[in-house]
Amino acid sequence: MARAWRFGDFVNTDQIIPGRYNVTTNPGELGRSCFIELRPEFAQQVRPGDLIVAGEDFGCGSSREHAVIAIQAAGVAAVLAASFARIFYRNAINRGLPVLECSLAGTVEDGAEVELDPIRGTVRELATDRLLTTSPLPEFATRIALHGGVLELVRAHGSLNGVCGPSCDPALPAASQ
Amino acid sequence: MGTLAEEILSARVGRQLIAGETVVVPVDVVMSHDTTTALVAEGMADLGRGVARPDRGVVVFDHITPAATVAAAEQQQRARKFAADQGIANLLTDGISHQVLPEHGLIAPGDVVVGADSHTVTMGAFGAFATGMGSTDVAVAYATGESWLRVPETVAVQIDGMFPTGVEAKDLILEIVRRIGSDGARYQSVEYCGSAIAQLSIGDRMTLCNMAVEMGAKVGLIAADDATLSWLDGRGSRAPRLVQAHDPGYSRVERIELDGLEPMVASSPRVDTGRPVRELAGMTIDQVFIGTCTNGRLADFAAAAAILEGHQVAVRTVAVPASREVYMASLRAGYIETLVASGVNVESPGCGPCLGRHKGVLGPGERAVTTMSRNFRGRMGDPSSEIYLASPATAAASALTGHLTDPREIR
Repeated sequence: MARAWRFGDFVNTDQIIPGRYNVTTNPGELGRSCFIELRPEFAQQVRPGDLIVAGEDFGCGSSREHAVIAIQAAGVAAVLAASFARIFYRNAINRGLPVLECSLAGTVEDGAEVELDPIRGTVRELATDRLLTTSPLPEFATRIALHGGVLELVRAHGSLNGVCGPSCDPALPAASQ
Repeated sequence: MGTLAEEILSARVGRQLIAGETVVVPVDVVMSHDTTTALVAEGMADLGRGVARPDRGVVVFDHITPAATVAAAEQQQRARKFAADQGIANLLTDGISHQVLPEHGLIAPGDVVVGADSHTVTMGAFGAFATGMGSTDVAVAYATGESWLRVPETVAVQIDGMFPTGVEAKDLILEIVRRIGSDGARYQSVEYCGSAIAQLSIGDRMTLCNMAVEMGAKVGLIAADDATLSWLDGRGSRAPRLVQAHDPGYSRVERIELDGLEPMVASSPRVDTGRPVRELAGMTIDQVFIGTCTNGRLADFAAAAAILEGHQVAVRTVAVPASREVYMASLRAGYIETLVASGVNVESPGCGPCLGRHKGVLGPGERAVTTMSRNFRGRMGDPSSEIYLASPATAAASALTGHLTDPREIR
């Protein structure tokens, strides 16, 4: 059964993966150092499919994409937060880590047994039978998520034009560069 | 008509854009550094594509340089190989990316700049739409010469009046961040305007734009003016695309009178906790650090030297010029000699101890006054250490006394 790991407001990427632990691109190493100072027991005890629930502005600070890799490598299935910082949000969408906005995410009990429905974007807290709904993904995020990540989208379309759909204005001719 | 962000992006894509639209924009400059390039290279290998415009790519060594550990040295080998394989000639090792890109004339007003570092926003001081992204976004920008953006809404910060003696741009931005909050400009542009902008040096403007990301912003922007063009003159930068805000619609306007400002300090671990230094004066400290992309420029070294001249520091103090150009100019002006004579450890250009990896890591329970932009718990070392953000003058005054000190008390 999946458990919720609760964090507070303004969790920054230095806390997710401190600068002393991100001098590598190895997902295994990054996963083992995930939250190493904020919650040293996290990396040992987290189980595949667990969720992170948090308050406002999750992932603020440094642009380090190592933070998303660390969370994914630790086995976390999704992050629910009241809000996300923009670079972390892009990084998560680009790498296919589900990031769901939910104003009540920070009220889920730490350690609570939860069930994620990734299709509906809902989380059920089993002890209370409370159903948390999340905001629908923005259109660009849906398009990237449907491809499984931004690299897959670029591979499929040959360019970024798949991000904004038919309204997307292709780049200007080379003369303007 | 539009905000500065809307106008810069509209000029770049050749049609009028408004906030809320998602667009794909051509990118003029793509940057990655020694701790993000290896991940960028993995993304490009995954994509199976090379760099579209090697002449518009820049790889900078600034975070852990010279390498402090074998792991850092390995990351740098991978970054060097990436630059060599991709034909990127701009491999810069002479300072912090956000400082050396402008110094080398690699950016121009009106550019769209994408960097694998959150403080890329610093270059908004030149009227460039410069934004930080993760390594995968940067890999896509290298590979396609494009990036996707949601055209941001704008928080305007209107600044009028004159700085009182002893008060600097850093004090101003700490007050702005206090008012707007650490997520008050999330996903938005912060546009600095008002009658005081014309008197702000380019360095001051960089300090303001640098900390836009500490309010959650995508960019911090100041319209290019004669001072911008004159600073860039002779550096070989491309022709500027000069735009201004026209009849802009802002989501919020914050007005600030400089005349009432005081030296400010933001307490560990929140950037938006700024308050007058005098309220915390006397707090004992263990270390002072002067430098970074926020405050490692010539005027910052001048402010520190003016206070330290002829005195000895009371706590260990580290000073790191933002670039070799700043270092050389500080040497010629005598600031480096003053600092070294005062007992300051002057280190080679780069990010220095801001990331807690070398050149002044904090031990358990230690407290530092620094000119950095972030005071997150544990950023400079042990998780129980504390970081207080302040101006170079406040940092130097505090170095002198060994406790947090209002620089006006020293002068």
